[in-house]
Amino acid sequence: MNPADAIIRVEGVGKTYQSGFQALKGIDLSIRRGEIFALLGPNGAGKTTLIGIICGLVKPTSGRVLADGHDIRKDYRQAREKIGLVPQELTTDVFESVWATVRFSRGLFGKAPDDAHLERVLRALSLWDKRDSRIAALSGGMKRRVLIAKALAHEPEILFLDEPTAGVDVELRREMWALVRGLRSQGVTVVLTTHYIEEAEEMADRIGVIDQGELVLVEDKAVLMQRLGQRQLTLFLQRPVEALPPELAEYRLDLSADGSRIVYRFDGKDDPGSIPSLLRRLLASGIDFKDLQTRQSSLEEIFVGLVGARR
Amino acid sequence: MNRHAIWAIYRFEMARTGRTLLQSIAAPVISTSLYFIVFGAAIGARMEQIDGVSYGAFLVPGLIMLAVLTESISNASFGIYMPRYSGTIYEVLSAPVSFVEIVLGYVGAAATKSVILGSIMLVTARMFVDFTILHPFWMAGFLVLTSVTFSLFGFIIGIWAQGFERLQIVPMMIVTPLAFLGGSFYSISMLPPFWQQVTLFNPVVYLVSGFRWSFYGSADVAVAISFGMTCLFLLGCLLVVWAIFRTGYRLWP
Repeated sequence: MNPADAIIRVEGVGKTYQSGFQALKGIDLSIRRGEIFALLGPNGAGKTTLIGIICGLVKPTSGRVLADGHDIRKDYRQAREKIGLVPQELTTDVFESVWATVRFSRGLFGKAPDDAHLERVLRALSLWDKRDSRIAALSGGMKRRVLIAKALAHEPEILFLDEPTAGVDVELRREMWALVRGLRSQGVTVVLTTHYIEEAEEMADRIGVIDQGELVLVEDKAVLMQRLGQRQLTLFLQRPVEALPPELAEYRLDLSADGSRIVYRFDGKDDPGSIPSLLRRLLASGIDFKDLQTRQSSLEEIFVGLVGARR
Repeated sequence: MNRHAIWAIYRFEMARTGRTLLQSIAAPVISTSLYFIVFGAAIGARMEQIDGVSYGAFLVPGLIMLAVLTESISNASFGIYMPRYSGTIYEVLSAPVSFVEIVLGYVGAAATKSVILGSIMLVTARMFVDFTILHPFWMAGFLVLTSVTFSLFGFIIGIWAQGFERLQIVPMMIVTPLAFLGGSFYSISMLPPFWQQVTLFNPVVYLVSGFRWSFYGSADVAVAISFGMTCLFLLGCLLVVWAIFRTGYRLWP
């Protein structure tokens, strides 16, 4: 990657807490300008610690982080102005009104009041009608949106969403995804952590997998799915067969117990021409099929394979 | 300097004051009025004058200092402890603000509240007893200085405390005794010589003495010493706050 494309550069960042727990072990990571990056990992993998370090909530033990070229410790003002953080926990000032709290956030990040911007943010999050409500009176989903509104109040270029859809219902999750895509289309870089694989699969341009404080891999989602994804072709036969013809032995085929289905498993490394040739040879062997189905393994299966192999 | 941030924190804290007006302003005014009625009017009538000042009038600076002291600590400690407790402090800690701005916002608001409280009490006291203020400029100076110093002290406690119990323990176990034994209700010259010497280790003595001097022109301790000691305590608090942010104590893991 061209260094100029990186909006966040994490260089050799390690963190050992006072308890002696090593949360991060020398992480190197670049986030590209304008992308949606999903940091995936099981609980306790170090996702929140990494985000905490980039946002200035946790002191790294080693390494450094640049946000849009600014060192997050030496030039913390320039670096932090560009960053918005939505924390994992629903931590809100329950006695404040929605309007007061977003105004507070904007001021805190050094921006002059801009009620028009705040109105746009609240409208985009369907919070405008609730602007005078006390936060305590809002539902959990609404509170989550208030936290997002607070993080967007100062027009950040990079938005960190720590487990944005944990404990959120399906409808709100869809809304959240739409919102994140909308932000990207405005040029905001989004980094989200999640342990919902479907979320990463749905949203991300690139995926980083973190486990036990180490970045196991960083890859374009599409490449990752292709590289590691198992695919499966199921053929539903016109007439059940008793056994597979021996001339098809070079393909790894499985015949269902009743002889009505043939399953072909392959992955990204296999010759892409293998399917047409398989189909031709099946027909040549007199095996006719009435339907077919293909399936690609989900990111979840990839993830379990990756993390599981390390244990 | 991120002045928007200072203003945001200050306004947030003042809004909190507005919501808790009853407990933060009315409660200390009521309890102080009770002191005036009991000590000033009832018992005071049978007391001798102290340095030519009636006991009721003598009490005024002491009681105001007592209230300003305890309220400064309680307000400032609560102001920074609550966001730590609820977790909302993440926002302040991730914002482009220096510790100076954070302190100006939180401590400035707590001190403002104390100055307002002290002024209200001054007016309230005037309804119970007759008194004059010889050096109004110095009076205001001591009021502001004490408010700022003890708001800083409260801020430190609010960062140090790891639970509501600890938040209360320093004001309860240390500050209240020091305030009561610091000459709020009596002149230290009334004490036996040995205890007079012991009392000089109590920082509150200097605050009360200086404040009382600004009213009546006489004091237990020379006013320059009072002023100097208060400034020293202020400097000490500033140093501790600086060290807290320098080391990240209890704020940054």
